[in-house]
Amino acid sequence: MSSLWIANARVIDPASGRDEVGNLFIDDGRIVASLSADKKKRAKKIDARGLVACPGLVDIHVHFREPGQTHKETILTGSQAAAAGGFTSVVCMPNTSPVADNAGTIQFINDAIRRDAVVKIFPTGCITVGMKGQSLAPIGSLKRAGVVAITDDGECVQNNEVMRRAVEYAKMFDLPVMDHCQESSMTQGAVMNEGIMSIRLGLRGWPNAAEDIIVARNVILSTYSGAHIHMQHISSKNSVELLRRAKSRGVRVSAEATPHHIALTDAELATYDTNFKMNPPLRTEADRQEIIAGLRDGTLDCISTDHAPHTDYEKDKEFDYAPNGILGLETSLAVTLQVLVRENKFKLSHVVDLMTRKPAEILKLQAGTLSAGAAGDVCLFDPEESWVYNSRKGFSKSSNSPWNGETLTGRVKTTIVDGRVVFADGKIK
Amino acid sequence: MLWTRKHLITLEELSLAEIEQIHTTAATFKAILSRGVKKLPALRGKTVVNLFLEPSTRTRMAFDMAAKRLSADVISFDSASSSTTKGETLRDTAQNIEALKADLLVIRHAASGSPLYLSKILHIPVVNAGDGAHEHPTQGLLDTFTMKEHLGPLKGRKVVILGDILFSRVARSNIYALTKMGANVTLVGPATLVPPALTELGVQVSHDLRSGLADAEVVMLLRIQHERQSSSHFPSLGEYTSMFGLNKTRASWLNPKAIIMHPGPINRGVEIDSDLADGERSVILEQVSNGIAVRMAALYLCSGGQPDQATLTE
Repeated sequence: MSSLWIANARVIDPASGRDEVGNLFIDDGRIVASLSADKKKRAKKIDARGLVACPGLVDIHVHFREPGQTHKETILTGSQAAAAGGFTSVVCMPNTSPVADNAGTIQFINDAIRRDAVVKIFPTGCITVGMKGQSLAPIGSLKRAGVVAITDDGECVQNNEVMRRAVEYAKMFDLPVMDHCQESSMTQGAVMNEGIMSIRLGLRGWPNAAEDIIVARNVILSTYSGAHIHMQHISSKNSVELLRRAKSRGVRVSAEATPHHIALTDAELATYDTNFKMNPPLRTEADRQEIIAGLRDGTLDCISTDHAPHTDYEKDKEFDYAPNGILGLETSLAVTLQVLVRENKFKLSHVVDLMTRKPAEILKLQAGTLSAGAAGDVCLFDPEESWVYNSRKGFSKSSNSPWNGETLTGRVKTTIVDGRVVFADGKIK
Repeated sequence: MLWTRKHLITLEELSLAEIEQIHTTAATFKAILSRGVKKLPALRGKTVVNLFLEPSTRTRMAFDMAAKRLSADVISFDSASSSTTKGETLRDTAQNIEALKADLLVIRHAASGSPLYLSKILHIPVVNAGDGAHEHPTQGLLDTFTMKEHLGPLKGRKVVILGDILFSRVARSNIYALTKMGANVTLVGPATLVPPALTELGVQVSHDLRSGLADAEVVMLLRIQHERQSSSHFPSLGEYTSMFGLNKTRASWLNPKAIIMHPGPINRGVEIDSDLADGERSVILEQVSNGIAVRMAALYLCSGGQPDQATLTE
């Protein structure tokens, strides 16, 4: 097998505490401490001067739309977008068509992954049959078929008894339960945050309270059951505070924040641009600041994109009628670097941690580190390079991004999966 | 000063001077409407399309009437007869209307932001005839026009808007126009329909009818929508009427010369006593009549006409 020698990079590996300019070696698809002189001679050498080499990025929240909605995205195009964004491991949500609530559908997805994916994709299964929130999906069979978590993402389980039994049952298999926290009786018809902007725009608002109530519910269920519940895309400042207190008591909860919730607020909706429409919605500056604070103090564990492709013709509608969701994979690193490192003075290694080791740890993925023996998954990026993002020329099949046309700073140069270059020089290899 | 806007989408974005230009132009047209021959040639040879994708009686007829008084050819159609029921997108419908050589589009739509969306797609002027709970600019203009006729300048005058503010585009457009004109605006109604965040628009919020109505020179009632009961915004129409309905006793708390307004349609006996709606202080039908002149002004100005030329008739 071939060897890879990445030279002169600033190697950042939060898992091993490494942050230095030096060499990174991969042999036979795995990270190694060094290469023999002979192997060095024959190794493919990448001069990474001026670049950061970090573990391949990990995103535990993406939508790849296969099966059933392949006009929006496929496992092939989604994985290419991931590679272009520096991601080597992603976790896809089960709200496909049909939904992934049985082992057969997981098998179908795994077949497509083996056939088409250029990065590692881990499927999740549904909590309930049909994602209807009523009866439990065959969680044990889903686990056996290879899911890394269960979730009814997008359709928060409303019935507390069903949720209680789901987390108790999933705990038996050591399977985390990921929850999209939304009390839906409070959000009927809602298309944005409730507040002065929703009043001005005449749009139905969804209040922070609808998220806070479910976060509190999940904290309570986790407290009683000991089950691991992961809160997806936290958007409300009070939810951050609820999680902070729960974690200080040792409750087994984890949580993620998206690049858009740390970068943008509902003020962006002034022109009814549907590329700012997602669920949970963009909220206020106070919420945004508290989410950043939560990432800083560890209340929020990781960055996830909620990469949610929709076609132009689906998004190009009256605001009320456009679907929720935006792309994220190809802009996540640049946006996160901008908000957390440049604007909020996080250490670069902290941000790398939030995008590699921490998300991998939540779902126990074999990813997120450059320790010797780990998979040779690496992201090389230039933290200072500015570039103009054209979402139409990206790798995703869709182009619904609020950052389309924006100049971003921080660019992925090379993505390596198991020692193999899958993305470099702006191209999929 | 010249009128430079091509579209009329919101009153939030209009300056006081622009609002006054529309009022001045509307006053000119109103004078002409009282003549024997009411037609002007201003839009002769032009086609105005009224695309009403949500039910409307008053607004649609007033826009029809206004365009005809200006000698435009008018095509009006509603959601039942449009291809939107066959799944055509709003973009496609609007671009087809433009391809059919319409010169101006008037749009009523249940989705907030639709007129702005169309104004970015189309090359012809777009006039908002009400979008969701967002704005109803010509209603706000005709309401303030009517208030000025009765009260003179509105600066410092107390205007109360009473009822379902949260879901009302009429309330929003009036709030923007009235605050720019210097009126003191008080919004009154149950806390569920008049949320405190509204104060950020520069108005007072009150849930106490007596202090709210005290000394007001205008009270504008909004229709209480029956469907709000099922969404638990208030317990029942009966309770609403008992707490916030305008009756003779409560009307006596107003300034003795106060006028009573309502954009329609009225629920008699719910938000207003039938007698008051028909009483001498009611200007509800004047509002409807003024709707024609104000919409003539909107169509005329957005088509490139200028306020000072509005008298150039035959």
